[in-house]
Amino acid sequence: MKPFTVHRGRVAPLDRVNVDTDQIIPKQFLKRIEKTGFGQFVFYDWRFGTDGKKNPDFVLHEPRYEGASILVAGKNFGCGSSREHAVWALADFGFRAVISSSFADIFANNSAKNGFLAVPLSDDEVAQLMQRAQEIDDYQLTIDLEKCEVRDDQGFRAKFPIEEFTRHCLLNGLDDIGLTLQHEAEITAYEASHPAPATLRAS
Amino acid sequence: MKTMAVARTLFEKIWEAHLVAQPAGRSPILYIDLHLVHEVTSPQAFDGLRAAGRNVRQPARTVATVDHNIPTEPRGTPITDLIAAKQIAALQSNCKEFGIRLFDMDSPEQGIVHVIGPELGLTQPGMTIVCGDSHTSTHGAFGALAFGIGTSEVEHVLATQCLAQQRPKTMKIDVRGRLAEGVTAKDLALGIIGQIGTDGATGHVIEYAGPAVRALSMEGRMTLCNMSIEAGARAGMVAPDETTIAYVKGKRFAPSGAEWEKAVAYWRSLPSDDGAEFDEVVEIDAAQLCPFVTWGTNPGMVAPVTGRVPEVKGLEESDRRAAELALQYMGLEPGLRIEDIGIDRVFIGSCTNSRLEDLRAAARVARGHHVNAKVRAMVVPGSQTVKRAAEQEGLHRIFQDAGFEWRESGCSMCLGMNPDILQPGERCASTSNRNFEGRQGRGGRTHLVSPMMAAAAAIAGHFTDIRNWKYQ
Ligand code: SF4
Repeated sequence: MKPFTVHRGRVAPLDRVNVDTDQIIPKQFLKRIEKTGFGQFVFYDWRFGTDGKKNPDFVLHEPRYEGASILVAGKNFGCGSSREHAVWALADFGFRAVISSSFADIFANNSAKNGFLAVPLSDDEVAQLMQRAQEIDDYQLTIDLEKCEVRDDQGFRAKFPIEEFTRHCLLNGLDDIGLTLQHEAEITAYEASHPAPATLRAS
Repeated sequence: MKTMAVARTLFEKIWEAHLVAQPAGRSPILYIDLHLVHEVTSPQAFDGLRAAGRNVRQPARTVATVDHNIPTEPRGTPITDLIAAKQIAALQSNCKEFGIRLFDMDSPEQGIVHVIGPELGLTQPGMTIVCGDSHTSTHGAFGALAFGIGTSEVEHVLATQCLAQQRPKTMKIDVRGRLAEGVTAKDLALGIIGQIGTDGATGHVIEYAGPAVRALSMEGRMTLCNMSIEAGARAGMVAPDETTIAYVKGKRFAPSGAEWEKAVAYWRSLPSDDGAEFDEVVEIDAAQLCPFVTWGTNPGMVAPVTGRVPEVKGLEESDRRAAELALQYMGLEPGLRIEDIGIDRVFIGSCTNSRLEDLRAAARVARGHHVNAKVRAMVVPGSQTVKRAAEQEGLHRIFQDAGFEWRESGCSMCLGMNPDILQPGERCASTSNRNFEGRQGRGGRTHLVSPMMAAAAAIAGHFTDIRNWKYQ
């Protein structure tokens, strides 16, 4: 996993609440069996017309947001399906983080596994950032996971909460399967006293 | 003096019984009893295993099926979507390589993963169950801790049979009174989401309790727990009772003999203790509920069938804009009577409402009527087992005589990954769980309802209050 320490980049505002994973990556693109190449399909139905042509009005297509690597969005971002493809698509498109006032649980979990940061700020702070991203040209933010802080060049500064272990894994780019396997002895002991049911073992 | 044991909730009992390790400063490591796998969220996980040179730790605790992208045409028809076919082939070869039991396309027990788990008796009280699918919450109906995970976590469970998980908070939803005739578990679920919102239970595991929940059949409890994720919950649960035990008994993978007695004794110890505390408690009065219809683009946007599309003016800024966008997408105006909304399509199916009881309820409504001339309606049983049982009772005849299509089992138009999709602008009464933009096909407009309400809408051509229905 790619470590996340400090990231600075351009901000794009997606001023909608309850952005669900069907919107982030529509189901017709979930049939690929790889983890890569999903970026071209991110927000597909919003970005492209039914004729496949780019929708120039969609915020990510405005030239001023080109190359943005931080998305600011309304509350309950990533609700809906468990598809990790949503995170793969955002990351593949070039985003490193999403800032919102709340995230669906599975989306937040999936983010952390991919070196992608879901940054929770308060409603007020998100509203401020949304406004700045809309009003200031080439608006940039720094997301500092070492200090758990988001800041800009205009004086905005806010702390965000993150679970310590998740932070540790993100900072170091750790694969948590490896970490769990450090407990091999405990898992084996648990399995010795909790064998798989006989009905499942019989083939 | 003897100290009393601390009163614990159902969730706490299961959580604590599955803790393998609690490393300092890290998420607890939880043992997973049953891992369900399907074609869409697993290929990258198996690739990850291979890349790391790892194996599936407990193939016996891993069970797979194909459901999301398979066609509902008669089995044996070749799959024309080559990418879908490739994804199915990938699951077949992964299961073979790692020794995982697969209920494949041609299996007499194939079906939607959340339908077959319970009907095969794989799902049992007290278990931890995960699947790379958010509606894994369905299995909580048995008093299991069941939740959806992403593909990285699928790989984690395959490799370790464990998950590193932060402990969620608990919420009790206490449903007082009784549901009235024509008001179903689906309406209860929609009523709850309408009240607490689509993020109302984020970070929580819900335990549904109270007389109205106790009175539900296992099918109804599954419908209710299934929709927990639409309120943002990690999982939904109902404590096991005699209804649960009677359902599990004799199922193919259920314990038998002395094992059964032991299991039942354990299950009876699981319900939350008197005085156990929840982080949050919500009370619902069942008598206030009625058949619901969603009008917007998330499951929290619901109205009583007797009501109207709501006014958006009074809403707070961000909610108002969300409601405006939803109405624009749905092609609806505030103030329109719900019963005046005409429909083009009907979908009866999905892991929310495709079990035998759901089909019986819909058939009762459809019997002797005919689908409105402008409506195309389809019934997609949740599994081959449901399909066979329904056919034995002659339900397929009732549907076909009434002009409904009778299909093969799968997820179908719940998410439209197979050829069953809405055309742009088409309006659908659907028994599924998500009315997100484009969920059933780009530009498609989904209204979530119960199976009875869907069947009645198919016949009337618009939504209609099932409580006034004339049964034949
Ligand atoms: S029926 Fe729908 S919600 Fe259920 S598992 Fe299939 S796609 Fe998901």
